[in-house]
Amino acid sequence: MFAAARCVVYRDLLLALRRRSDVATALLFFVIVTSLFPLGIGAEPNLLRAIAPGVIWVSALLSSLLSLRRLFEADHDDGTLEQMLLGAAPLGVVAAAKAFAHWLVSGLPIAVIAPLIALQYDLAAQLFGVLALSLLLGTPVLSLIGAIGAALTLGLRGGGVLLSLLVLPLYVPVLIIGAGAVEMAAAGLGGGGQLLLLAAMLVVAAAFAPWAISAGLRISLE
Amino acid sequence: MKWFWYASPQTFYPVAGHIARWCAAAAALLAAAGLYVGFFVAPTDAQQGEAYRIIFIHVPAAWMSMFLYVVMALWAALGLALNTRLSGMMASALAPTGALFTFIALWTGSLWGRPTWGTYWVWDARLTSELVLLFLYLGFMALQAAIDDPRRADRAGAVLAIVGVVNIPIIHYSVVWWNTLHQGASVSVTRAPTMAATMLTGMLLMALAFWMYSIAVSLVRVRCIIRERGSS
Repeated sequence: MFAAARCVVYRDLLLALRRRSDVATALLFFVIVTSLFPLGIGAEPNLLRAIAPGVIWVSALLSSLLSLRRLFEADHDDGTLEQMLLGAAPLGVVAAAKAFAHWLVSGLPIAVIAPLIALQYDLAAQLFGVLALSLLLGTPVLSLIGAIGAALTLGLRGGGVLLSLLVLPLYVPVLIIGAGAVEMAAAGLGGGGQLLLLAAMLVVAAAFAPWAISAGLRISLE
Repeated sequence: MKWFWYASPQTFYPVAGHIARWCAAAAALLAAAGLYVGFFVAPTDAQQGEAYRIIFIHVPAAWMSMFLYVVMALWAALGLALNTRLSGMMASALAPTGALFTFIALWTGSLWGRPTWGTYWVWDARLTSELVLLFLYLGFMALQAAIDDPRRADRAGAVLAIVGVVNIPIIHYSVVWWNTLHQGASVSVTRAPTMAATMLTGMLLMALAFWMYSIAVSLVRVRCIIRERGSS
């Protein structure tokens, strides 16, 4: 079971490495969107400091959404996904492994680069840790929930827009708690409670999302 | 076991017609009674004046909007578990009514908020969760509309509805912790209501009317769906 999961993660990472531009695009999207906000809102430092957590989180959300389409599409097109469905490894494990690989490629780089963006927004240096940690805990939840949507919209016309319509409302709690953690820490109240909530969401999503993803895949491929 | 007798669309179709007719009549009567109590019998509120009377629409609509999502998810789960065709049809028949009530709750809420809070919209917890609920309904309907094969549409919608219903409490509490301005609930099961008895009567009458309306409309819609799919 773990061998199958390792295999899927390794394969997806290898595929991502072979097509580096795809990975770079999502990351670049994140960087560009975050730099658009000061241009639209104005570069007043107090304002920027106040909106930084929200802007970074919303951009992370959109960037994660952008790469979701690729999660199953290529495998669906060349028939690999059907083989995975027929294979001996439980589909839930495969689904969880694919979501994990998606996070490694899309969520992890964002969590790493976020402090750099926070620097542009003049966020206090002691908040960088909370920001990165909240993204580290929150972006895997985004990948898991997003994978459900990606599985359900597999092969549909207008799938991209539809996917965002399905997934964005479900992202709301992660956004609120994730950005809230940084805001609480900035207010001097400590973001510990919010981080624990994010961790709880991650545990719940990791336990239940693979079922929903595999149910969605079975429905889409029958 | 006669439970599954009506699970077949053919046998359900005429029964649905009968029930829909009676429920529509009951909805009209109850709504007339409820609106009469709400507009003519119930006393003017000491603090909010006449503007409060919109709650006779607003509160029942908000109740129905949340309740219908749960009912929809129940039908969806039933359809996934038992693989009955009618369950999926019921779920897709309920969605537009639920979305309508969500929209009505938001709309009347903002009309009530203008004289009372001085603003049409605030990013308060309940308003925000209601808005997210509307998005969930619209997502469900959009997903079903995008899939041509009705069986796949039913099953995909079912998974989404179940994921949504698990998420609703999480969304609600996250939004509550995020921001709260909305007044606390005036009606609860565990303690005596803090409003005049006639107001409560009017509200409950309207809630019943909305129940009957929802049943009637979704049964009519399910009859349409049965016909549509029967011909193909």
